[in-house]
Amino acid sequence: MTHCYKLNGYNIVLDVFSGSVHSVDEVAYDAIEMYENTPKDVIKKTLLEKYAPELTADDVDELFGDIEELKENGKLFTEDIYEGRAFDLKNRSTVIKALCLHVAHTCNLNCEYCFASQGKYHGERALMTLEVGKRALDFLVENSGTRRNLEVDFFGGEPLMNWEVVKDIVRYGRELEKTHNKKFRFTLTTNGVLLDDDVIDFANKEMHNVVLSLDGRREIHDHLRKTVNGKGSYDTIVPKFQHFVEKRTNPIDPDAFTGYYMRGTFTHNNPDFTKDVFHMADLGFTELSMEPVVCKPDDPYALTEDDLPVVYEQYEILAKEMLKREKEGRGFTFYHYMIDLEGGPCIYKRISGCGSGTEYMAVTPWGELFPCHQFVGDEKYSLGNIYDGVKNKEIQQEFKLCNAYARKECGDCWAKLYCSGGCAANSYHATGSVTGVYEYGCKLFRKRMECAIMMKVAQQSEDQ
Amino acid sequence: MKRIKTIETRDLKKSLKSGGCGECQTSCVANQEV
Repeated sequence: MTHCYKLNGYNIVLDVFSGSVHSVDEVAYDAIEMYENTPKDVIKKTLLEKYAPELTADDVDELFGDIEELKENGKLFTEDIYEGRAFDLKNRSTVIKALCLHVAHTCNLNCEYCFASQGKYHGERALMTLEVGKRALDFLVENSGTRRNLEVDFFGGEPLMNWEVVKDIVRYGRELEKTHNKKFRFTLTTNGVLLDDDVIDFANKEMHNVVLSLDGRREIHDHLRKTVNGKGSYDTIVPKFQHFVEKRTNPIDPDAFTGYYMRGTFTHNNPDFTKDVFHMADLGFTELSMEPVVCKPDDPYALTEDDLPVVYEQYEILAKEMLKREKEGRGFTFYHYMIDLEGGPCIYKRISGCGSGTEYMAVTPWGELFPCHQFVGDEKYSLGNIYDGVKNKEIQQEFKLCNAYARKECGDCWAKLYCSGGCAANSYHATGSVTGVYEYGCKLFRKRMECAIMMKVAQQSEDQ
Repeated sequence: MKRIKTIETRDLKKSLKSGGCGECQTSCVANQEV
């Protein structure tokens, strides 16, 4: 299967099953589009009618030779040899690699679009105790097999509302590392309201990465991210985030990785979201992410079909501007455009997806396990708890089967080895099934991948 | 005249041989020890 598209002056051919990417001229583009379902003499005639006299019959023969060579080398028109392996995944044994600790089911903001229902996940306000946090880390160590690197994200609600417990859990984790030959990578997702020097200093020492929630321009951010008193939060958090990012190095090991991501959400209120991305870049932030809101279709801020062409265009504007700023020496990264074509994930990872429910689980403040943070509060997706382990094996099997080949609708999708079947939670909320298809999300994903691959083509062309 | 320029990419079919070591992180995929 191939996917051919034109973007930013490049003609791009993606060979889906080998992962090969080709940048071609107009003649080759037309030839490749016809090659597998049109007789060669017809292709030749069509090309000569369109491109003669500059194009000769010998040129076309040479082009056919190049195409055949790519086919022989497994870089064009390759067949799908992975499908059978996808269903082997059901029988694979997995270890738990990561936990999302819901240390606070409460929040000091009242964001309208919050999937966690203002941090409480449709339940009561709750804070995780140190005892539950310690047991969660023990559970992770016990179920991680021989794997050394383990990840723990402090999440909420707003995790800084339970900050002392977060620090104590980290300290406990560092003790476990010494006795169990494990390495914890702790991360933190915060709205920034309670950021202070104590949080910043501790996070710089102990948090491998931090996710900072900011939606962009003040009026956009404040429209949906309000305090419980109904005030906007932009002016409170932006100076704190700038201060945090400025100080984001590990004081003990300055060479250690200390990452961050500004993470925004765009909605029907701002389908022109690149203005918000550029605003964040102009505030001095360089690691950026902006996600489309996922919500009920009748929510007033839900993205609509009419927004699609605008959003598509915005993704293109973003890619072109990023290339421009990179040349000017003021580049920034955009999460979804950071693909690695040369050393990216192997085919097994591409087929098997994100790991929710099998390698990754969310832990509630009282120690209940869910497949991921977006299923917390939905009792039919309760997997068990950190004391007795995973009891609901049936649900876990459902998640083992969430992969690039789980949905018949994805059969002819060129992007399935990039999305690995997509987000189970989005599928569930859109269709009622974790193996359903959230088509709107698919459309945006495909557009992002086209832009990301185009940027790689542009960068390699520039290098040569 | 060279009409097709192939961009450097990892060969996914060759990666089948690795058997999938499982050392990768969970990934809430396209950009996720290189």
